[in-house]
Amino acid sequence: MLLRRVWPSRPAFENPFTDFDQIRREMLRVLDAVAGTDGAREFTSGVFPPMNVTQDDNNFYIRAEVPGIKTADLAVTALRNRVSIAGKREIREENDKHSYHRKERAGGEFNRTVTLPSDVATDKVEARYTDGVLTLTLPKAEEAKPRQIAVSA
Amino acid sequence: MSRNSSADIQKVEKNTAPTLPEQTYPGPVYTPAVDIFESDDRISLLADIPGVKAKDLKIDLRENVLTLSAHVAAPEMPGESNVLCEYAAGTYFRQFNVSEVIDQAKIDAKLTDGVLRLELPKLERAKPRQITVKSS
Repeated sequence: MLLRRVWPSRPAFENPFTDFDQIRREMLRVLDAVAGTDGAREFTSGVFPPMNVTQDDNNFYIRAEVPGIKTADLAVTALRNRVSIAGKREIREENDKHSYHRKERAGGEFNRTVTLPSDVATDKVEARYTDGVLTLTLPKAEEAKPRQIAVSA
Repeated sequence: MSRNSSADIQKVEKNTAPTLPEQTYPGPVYTPAVDIFESDDRISLLADIPGVKAKDLKIDLRENVLTLSAHVAAPEMPGESNVLCEYAAGTYFRQFNVSEVIDQAKIDAKLTDGVLRLELPKLERAKPRQITVKSS
């Protein structure tokens, strides 16, 4: 496949479109670096909620900005390397005695699934909701952690 | 019309906005989404400012200009590397002209789960008075 030859170092994902996405991201990064706007790029997700995924050696971290939601209305599910966040954001209407000047905040339901690069230990996933930000700590599965290999002479 | 219907929530990008004068913090400045409504005795304001802690929120009203500003520090710990990045933490900033006369001493602000609720009670003399029309 052409993509494999162009991008030989990329790991193979089950979905071929992930490769296109990787290439698109990589090209955007290169273009940003050339234009000297690195870091000032518009962040975008296209769907609610916007989320950031980071990792260190042991965990993945997912942070999502979901202000004004009751924890009872949030549902987080994890299966192998897929994590879903679903919920409902309610905007309570004020009574008739109020007249609105501005209505910019939106309510509704959302449901989002992300696929992580490797499996997580789903029984040890922690979720916290503070100041309108949902933070998930997802420990990597034992077999997905990098291992130090001793080199013998 | 209700916005609580089961329709899917609409994605709204965080809007970056230039501010004058410039901020002392580097980093992006965002315009939070707000609802503002008025009743006979008060103006209420709701603003979505996820990630803001109460101590970092500054609310200021002077010369009829209401200023909201809040700085959000990046929550990532050192040693974390990005896998997917869709938003950035930064400063929320927004100013409003408040034409009504507000009773400064009675302003009440509550911050719960990233939503600020600001109650601005009107001064006694700014409240509407019912005027009865006498027929001669």
